[in-house]
Amino acid sequence: MLKIVHMWVNGNEVELAVDPRESLVETLREKLNLTSVKKGCGVGECGACTVLIDGVAVDTCLYLTMWADGKHILTTEGLKGPNGELNPIQQAFIDEAAVQCGFCTPGLIMTAVEIVGTGRKYTRTELRKLIAGHLCRCTGYENILNAIEKVAGIDS
Amino acid sequence: MFDIEHYFEAKSVEEAVRLLSEHEDAEIICGGTDVLVKLRDGKGAGGSLVSIHEIPSLRGVRVLPDATLEIGPATCFTDLTNHPLIQKYLPYLGEAVDTVGGPQVRNQGTIGGNICNGATSADSAATMQTLNAVVVLVGPGGVRRVPVTEFYTGPGRTVRQHDEVCRAFEIKPEDYVGFTGCYMKYGKRAAMEIATLGCCVRVRLDDACSRIEETRIGYGVAAPTPIRCRNTEAALAGKSVEDESIYELIGTSVLDEVNPRSSWRASREFRLQLISELAKRALKEAIRRSLNHEAPGAAVPGEERR
Ligand SMILES: Cc1cc2nc3c(=O)[nH]c(=O)nc-3n(C[C@H](O)[C@H](O)[C@H](O)COP(=O)(O)OP(=O)(O)OC[C@H]3O[C@@H](n4cnc5c(N)ncnc54)[C@H](O)[C@@H]3O)c2cc1C
Ligand code: FES
Ligand code: FES
Repeated sequence: MLKIVHMWVNGNEVELAVDPRESLVETLREKLNLTSVKKGCGVGECGACTVLIDGVAVDTCLYLTMWADGKHILTTEGLKGPNGELNPIQQAFIDEAAVQCGFCTPGLIMTAVEIVGTGRKYTRTELRKLIAGHLCRCTGYENILNAIEKVAGIDS
Repeated sequence: MFDIEHYFEAKSVEEAVRLLSEHEDAEIICGGTDVLVKLRDGKGAGGSLVSIHEIPSLRGVRVLPDATLEIGPATCFTDLTNHPLIQKYLPYLGEAVDTVGGPQVRNQGTIGGNICNGATSADSAATMQTLNAVVVLVGPGGVRRVPVTEFYTGPGRTVRQHDEVCRAFEIKPEDYVGFTGCYMKYGKRAAMEIATLGCCVRVRLDDACSRIEETRIGYGVAAPTPIRCRNTEAALAGKSVEDESIYELIGTSVLDEVNPRSSWRASREFRLQLISELAKRALKEAIRRSLNHEAPGAAVPGEERR
């Protein structure tokens, strides 16, 4: 039986009929075509499916779409500026060569956006802990940390 | 798509209890970080879910008039660690749940799920044991209160009936005022790792900060369920904090009160070594925190005595 869910996705009001068995990653990818949200492990281990829900980073593979009713969802697609500009975090990922295959990138960028959103500055040790919910099988994390440090690091 | 038959969204605890009574096959889902992972694995597949995810009254931390702390079971780990009342009165509980998984899991996983899943490896379990936390259960017949020290019946099993919802955890002033504590987790990695062993030691010193008045020792993964080590607690009472033999005492005495198993994560022998070593280190740190005047709740809420 389908149920109606009303939410805001990347600033747009969306009303959808969803199956209560759906996870948010499925709804975002398959119904809303937001394919920046990756489905990796499906069990909360890799962070590839991370989006911000009311400003908080959540693994959408472990989140029922029913719970998103009335909430604000932000994915990497929603970071684009009015004239197509990149978000400072996205630019930092490019400048620091923090992307190889790119599968982990949108999830890490959303966690970085959450980190920047706190308005605080962080040490590298703190940033390591804050990105511990993401697996990257390509970069070895150093360039990713360099990128996030550029925007949210204590010396930035 | 998760393999479930029906999904029910409860708007209140009472509605959740009614839905559970009406549907034999239904299980509670709160943060879903255990339930949905199990469903992916085929466990509980074809059953139904009663969601308590959208019941705001189940979240947060409050001080009751008699200074009892009340923790809402649907409070996620991040909110617990950051809550001003937890930082002030139970910082070691905030510290313990800050070791769970990674940031996104801590944003979603709840303390209610962590205790109600019955796991001995749950990172809040050792600390909740030392706090004598009371589990407030609401069922069709009304409310009952079960001390967390009597809550577990075996690995993954608790006294909670199928149609009972945990509405709160209560922590009485005599179980937290004047105590410091420390939780130590051993895992193979620093993050995203289930505890190979978890140990919480809490102490309350006398007014001169020279003797131990009370010690509480709790473990996860040292037995099939979370446990306390009451004989060792009693043996430490009255000891001087300068007496270096207390570390040998705790490290040896706890071994008579535990029953760890071998698993693919670690052998029984290695766990015994961890049980001994972590207790020493956690006791040392708890005492250091007391001497450093970090004793949280040295004054009862609303009545600053020191
Ligand atoms: C990647 C990953 C890493 C993890 N790492 C750790 C870790 O390091 N340490 C750790 O301790 N755990 C870890 N976990 C397990 C999990 O996150 C915790 O056990 C969490 O506390 C579960 O809470 P939840 O709200 O998500 O539970 P749910 O999955 O919603 O529920 C868990 C169980 O409790 C019951 N339940 C939940 N709330 C109530 C209630 N109010 N009343 C009665 N019954 C209730 C449910 O019916 C179910 O049986 C990890 C999980 C994942 C996915
Ligand atoms: S796909 Fe969600 S955490 Fe891996
Ligand atoms: S860039 Fe390939 S997984 Fe991170």
